[in-house]
Amino acid sequence: MTGNNTNKVKDPLLHIIKRGSIVWWKSALIRVVAILIALVVVALITLVITGQNPIEMYKAMIDGAIGNELRIWNLLQDTALLLVVGLALTLSFKMRFWNIGGQGQIIMGAIAATACMKFLPGKVPDFALYLIMIASALIAGAIWALVPGLFKAFLNTNETLFTLMMNYIALNFAAFLTFRWSKNSGNNVIGILNRKTHAGWFPDIGGEGFVGRSFLLNILIVFVMMLIVFVYLKYSKHGYEISVVGESEKTARYIGINVKKVIIRTVIISGAICGLAGLILVSGVHHTLTTDIEGGRGFTAIIVSWMAHFNPLYMALTSFLIVFLEKGAIQVASSPALNLDDNFANIVTGIIILFIIGCEFFINYKIVFRKRKGGAS
Amino acid sequence: MKKVLSVILMLAMVFSLCIALASCNSEDNKPQESQNPDQSAAPVESESKEEGQDEELKFGFIYLHDQNSTYDRNFMDGAKAACEKLGVTYLEKVPIPEGNECYEAAADLVNQGCSLIFADSFGHEEFLIQAAEEFPDVEFCHATGTQAHTEELPNFHNAFASIYEGRYLAGIAAGMKLNEMIENGDFTAEEAKIGYVGAYTYAEVISGYTSFFLGARSVCPTATMEVQFTGSWYDETAEKTAAETLIQRGCKLISQHADSMGAPTACEDAGVPDISYNGSTAEACPNTFIVSSRINWEPYFEYIIDCVKNGKDIDTDWTGTLETESVVLTEVNEKAAAEGTVEAIEEAKAKLQNGEINVFDVSTFTVTVTEDKNVNATVDDEGHLTGYQADVDTDEAFQGDTEVVKDGAFLESEYRSAPYFDIQIDGIELLNAMF
Repeated sequence: MTGNNTNKVKDPLLHIIKRGSIVWWKSALIRVVAILIALVVVALITLVITGQNPIEMYKAMIDGAIGNELRIWNLLQDTALLLVVGLALTLSFKMRFWNIGGQGQIIMGAIAATACMKFLPGKVPDFALYLIMIASALIAGAIWALVPGLFKAFLNTNETLFTLMMNYIALNFAAFLTFRWSKNSGNNVIGILNRKTHAGWFPDIGGEGFVGRSFLLNILIVFVMMLIVFVYLKYSKHGYEISVVGESEKTARYIGINVKKVIIRTVIISGAICGLAGLILVSGVHHTLTTDIEGGRGFTAIIVSWMAHFNPLYMALTSFLIVFLEKGAIQVASSPALNLDDNFANIVTGIIILFIIGCEFFINYKIVFRKRKGGAS
Repeated sequence: MKKVLSVILMLAMVFSLCIALASCNSEDNKPQESQNPDQSAAPVESESKEEGQDEELKFGFIYLHDQNSTYDRNFMDGAKAACEKLGVTYLEKVPIPEGNECYEAAADLVNQGCSLIFADSFGHEEFLIQAAEEFPDVEFCHATGTQAHTEELPNFHNAFASIYEGRYLAGIAAGMKLNEMIENGDFTAEEAKIGYVGAYTYAEVISGYTSFFLGARSVCPTATMEVQFTGSWYDETAEKTAAETLIQRGCKLISQHADSMGAPTACEDAGVPDISYNGSTAEACPNTFIVSSRINWEPYFEYIIDCVKNGKDIDTDWTGTLETESVVLTEVNEKAAAEGTVEAIEEAKAKLQNGEINVFDVSTFTVTVTEDKNVNATVDDEGHLTGYQADVDTDEAFQGDTEVVKDGAFLESEYRSAPYFDIQIDGIELLNAMF
């Protein structure tokens, strides 16, 4: 990049140089500045295109995300739901297995959990219901990832396309089941399962007066999962194998790692965690199956994982940021005084995320300006 | 470099200050902000009316999509108008999918002090019921739902309108147009075929196109109809393609039960007369738009606000009618409509209101019962309906549970507000099915 032929050729105005490493506070500063610039740009765009007061819009966003205790719990839960998918994908990504089938794996987990909630209550004792439900959701998600994983390991097929295609199968399977299991003929609504008995529902933590009672368990599960994945990737032998396979399959083979085994083992875990996300969505949140239950998390989590450089702890931050923006966007769309619709709110979210991703460039590279020698500019 | 950096830093600092101030304000101002609107509107009323016990009345609305969807827009317009008229604070949540998000939105609205909450989409119902159980002091109302009459929660209510009457009247305009074209020699009486773009093969749509067809046939006896389903409430491309397919198949007039401009646009392009839904499309389709029917929700919102204000019980199932002005037709586009359409509609409307005619009068249509078609129906030798077990109660069994044919008519919206007419009558051919 830097080039040695600077003597003869005209020196360009600026050089782009790859940074070796960067101090933590510098990278943090770059990110903060990027967000601030994004906010300024959004404010200008809002003002110019819509004529609305951007400060009012930001107020609405903040209010929507953390305006009261209920909203804060909601924010935390949705952060957890996005994070858990990010954790799953990160395991694959570290291995350079581009699993973009999170959507399908989540849906399969959700389908399995729903089937248990619908057909098992009354036939098996409560604790068995939970065990079967957890096991089947994890297995369902794992199988959905295992199929492309096997093909990748043995036939070296393209996992990106394969996992993507698996999404559509799962999605349409869910559509088929919402019709088949619907509560009233042909209306495509399964309805809340076991609303009276709460069979198969994750239990509340804390009493009636505690606002976070229905959210806390979901958040705790994901928090524990985050720590496990962090330790697994960073300190376990498996984690080491994953990163070696990701860096170079040949090196991995050379040092005696069974690459096929690592790929298969890792996609199973990755799929199972997506299945867990499906389980939480059904048993912990929605208590039913709908075709849009996955909520785009399988894809959004890709950004979460990349933005955090595949670090599970940073991913908590990136998920929080994205969910914060999403929650804010709903409040913006729901403020009649602002007269901004859902689409505009999503544009705002898009711009902010673009800046955050764009600033990675300045973290990885630094720009060196030509030394002034008396020329113009 | 230094200059650039300093400018950026300056901007950053200024902006972070703004944000900090803004976020502080948002905390401080919030309570005042939410009170201000009522205070400006309410004091006059609360003084003139009573001790201001309703001055804090807040009405929260949950919508599936934002205002770009004609379906949701129709609710929003009615809601804002009713709230403004009665001096109630209007709050909304949008876009809310048909999942637990609906329950969360309802809980959030309760948190903001709403004592009346309304959701507009079919799939919201279960989650609204969940909220209704948790917040017994708040009234929950739901459009198009089916479960209030079996759920027996005192604070959960369903509402719909007898839109089949509106469609029947729109059908009369269609029949008049067909007659005019036959008289002009555009095609023979036997070729008078109507095309209908439907969303799903579901009672609400079936009830709609059947009433439309019966209205048309009451004027043009040789009319037949073909229905093409799109499998979506809003899919502009699919609706446009469906309308074009129907036109190619020889349909002389198009109507729809789906929410986009797809079908009306296709008609305008092909020069085929069109009867739209949810509101006038005259502006975009000046040469082909005849008339449109829609549900006006304002009367319902005024009714429930009045109930909450005065401590009256809200009907478990409320069905708006022509009488309550819940079922309305847009202005007839004289340019496209046949002569005398306005008068014919007025005449039929009067007859519907005084009970002289009934949309689903069993003598006006015949039904073929086979092993897998119309299994819940019983018919006489001529094929006229004598009995029908409709699936009125929402339960595990997808079976008819209520006899709905009485005194020579199918009683639509009688046992619950949402439609349950799902019979395939003779003369209408379904080109596909979408669930």
